[in-house]
Amino acid sequence: MSEFVFLYRGGESGRSPEKAQQMMQKWMAWLKELGANGHIKDQGQPLERTGKLVKGKQKTVTDGPFPEAKDIVGGYTLIEARDLAQAVELSKGCPIFEVDGAVEVRPVMKMNM
Amino acid sequence: MEPSEHLFRHEAGRMVATLTHIFGVHNLALAEDVVQDAFCRALEVWKFRGMPENPSAWLMATAKNRALDVLRRERTARTFAPELSRMLESEWTLAPAVEELFGAYAIKDGQLRMMFSCCHPRLPEEAQVALMLHILCGFSVDEVAGAFVSSNDAIEKRISRAKKALAGSKRLFDVSSQGDFSVRLPAVQRALYLLFNEGYHGASSESAVRADLCQEAMRLTRLLLDHPPAATPASRALFALMCLHAARLPARVNASGDLRSLFEQDRSRWDVNLIAEGQRLLDLSATGPELTEYHVEAAIAWVHTTAHGAEDTDWEMIVSLYDKLMVIRPSPVVALNRAIAIAQREGPQRGLEEIQMIANSDRLAAYPFYHAALGEFEFRGGRHEVAREHFRAALAFARNAMEQRFIEQRIAACKAATPVG
Repeated sequence: MSEFVFLYRGGESGRSPEKAQQMMQKWMAWLKELGANGHIKDQGQPLERTGKLVKGKQKTVTDGPFPEAKDIVGGYTLIEARDLAQAVELSKGCPIFEVDGAVEVRPVMKMNM
Repeated sequence: MEPSEHLFRHEAGRMVATLTHIFGVHNLALAEDVVQDAFCRALEVWKFRGMPENPSAWLMATAKNRALDVLRRERTARTFAPELSRMLESEWTLAPAVEELFGAYAIKDGQLRMMFSCCHPRLPEEAQVALMLHILCGFSVDEVAGAFVSSNDAIEKRISRAKKALAGSKRLFDVSSQGDFSVRLPAVQRALYLLFNEGYHGASSESAVRADLCQEAMRLTRLLLDHPPAATPASRALFALMCLHAARLPARVNASGDLRSLFEQDRSRWDVNLIAEGQRLLDLSATGPELTEYHVEAAIAWVHTTAHGAEDTDWEMIVSLYDKLMVIRPSPVVALNRAIAIAQREGPQRGLEEIQMIANSDRLAAYPFYHAALGEFEFRGGRHEVAREHFRAALAFARNAMEQRFIEQRIAACKAATPVG
C-alpha cells in the first residue's frame, strides 16, 4: 500500500440550503465508503479560504484570499491505495466534480532504505 | 450521524429571520449573506469531521458569531435595527443583547415577525406566499419556481420585487402591538392556506415537492399556534384543515404512481394520527363568534374522514357545509365542489344542473377538474360520447403527467363503455 494526498481545489458550496445539505451528505457518504474500504489513513481537515502568504527572502507577508481563489485548496485527505492508478480511480467518486471543483492526487514520497 | 431531512432549509429560515431582526429589515441581503456563509462553513467542516451533536445549535452559534463580527466591524458604516440601536452601540450591551436575540424564544418571535412582514398588504398574495417560502422555508428561487411550476425569471422578479418592498419598510412587523397584529393575522392565515393548497392541489408533478409545501405550511402554522395571541379559533381551524387534508396525502397516489380520486383512495392509508390531531384542533377551534372558511373546510374534510367510502359519506352534511362556504367565501371552485357533492346525493343530472348555474364559470375554463366533473356526470348518466368530449377538454388543461394519466384513464373508460359501430 502507498500513501496519497487528495487536495480538494475549488468547487462551489451550492446555491441553496437544500443543495448545500445534499452536497454535504454526498461528501459524508463518499468519505465513509472510502473509510469502510480501508483507504483512509487520515480523514484530513478543512482549511480556511483566507490566511497569509509569506514569500521571498524578505519574507513579505500578504493577505489571502490568494490570487487564484477559485482553485484554492479547501481541504485534504490522506489516502491509502495500491498505486497512483487506484488512487485516481478512488478520487473519481468525490462530489466536488458536481460543483466545478478538482481533486489533486499526489503520491507521498517514499523513503527507500 | 445523518442530518435530518431539510435541516439546512429549516435552519435557514430561522437564521435569516433572527439576523434580520438584529440587522434591521433594510439589511435583509446582509442577513442572507451571513446565513449563506454559515452553511458554507458547516458544509466544509462537517464533511470532514462529521455532524456535531446538535447541528441546529452549531449553525445558530456560527450565525451568532458572524453577526457579532458584522455588528462590530460595520457599526459606523451601517445602521442596524432602529429599535435595537442603543443596545448594539455599546460594547457593554452588544454581546448580551445578541445572545438574548438568539435565545429560543426570540428565534420564534423573529420568525413570526418575518412571517407577518412577508404578508404586507402592499404585496399581492402570490408574492407573499413566494416570499415566505423563500425567506422562512429556505427555498432558493429555482426551488420556488419548481414548486409553483413557474419560470425562474418570473419567480426571480416576483421575489426580488417583494424583497425590495420588504427591505423598504421601516422595520419588521411588531408582533407585540395588539391592534396591528389582529389586523394582519387574516392575511398571514390566508398566505399559509395558499401555501398549503399549492402543495395539496398544485401543479407540480412531483409528489415529494408537494408534500414538502404542505409540511412547510404546517410548520409555519404551528408557529401561530405556539404564540397565544395568534392561536385564534381561525388559526386552529386552519391547522385542523391542514392536518385532515395532509392525512389523505399518502393515499392520493397509488403504488404505480397514479392519481386516485377521493372515491378510489385506499382509506386504510390515511394517516390516523393526523386525523386525530385535526379533529382535536377542530374541536378546539369551535369557540368564539367567528365562523371562518377554514372552519367550514376543515369540517368538510372531517366528514370525509368519518366515512368508509362514497356510499356511507354524509353528503347531506357536506352539501350544507358547502352552502355555508358559498356564503363566507364564494368562488367558482367552491361552487364546483358543491355541485359534485350534490351529484353524490341526488344523482348526476342534478350535478350538471348545478354546474350550469355556477356564476363566473368562465374562470373554471382552464381548470382540468371542471371539465372532468362534467365528464364524470355525463358518464354516470350513460352519455359516454359526450363524457369523452369533456374528458378530452380536461386533458388539454392537465398540468402534469399524473393528471394526464388520470384523465386518459377516464377517456379509456368512456371508450370501453361506448358500443362499437
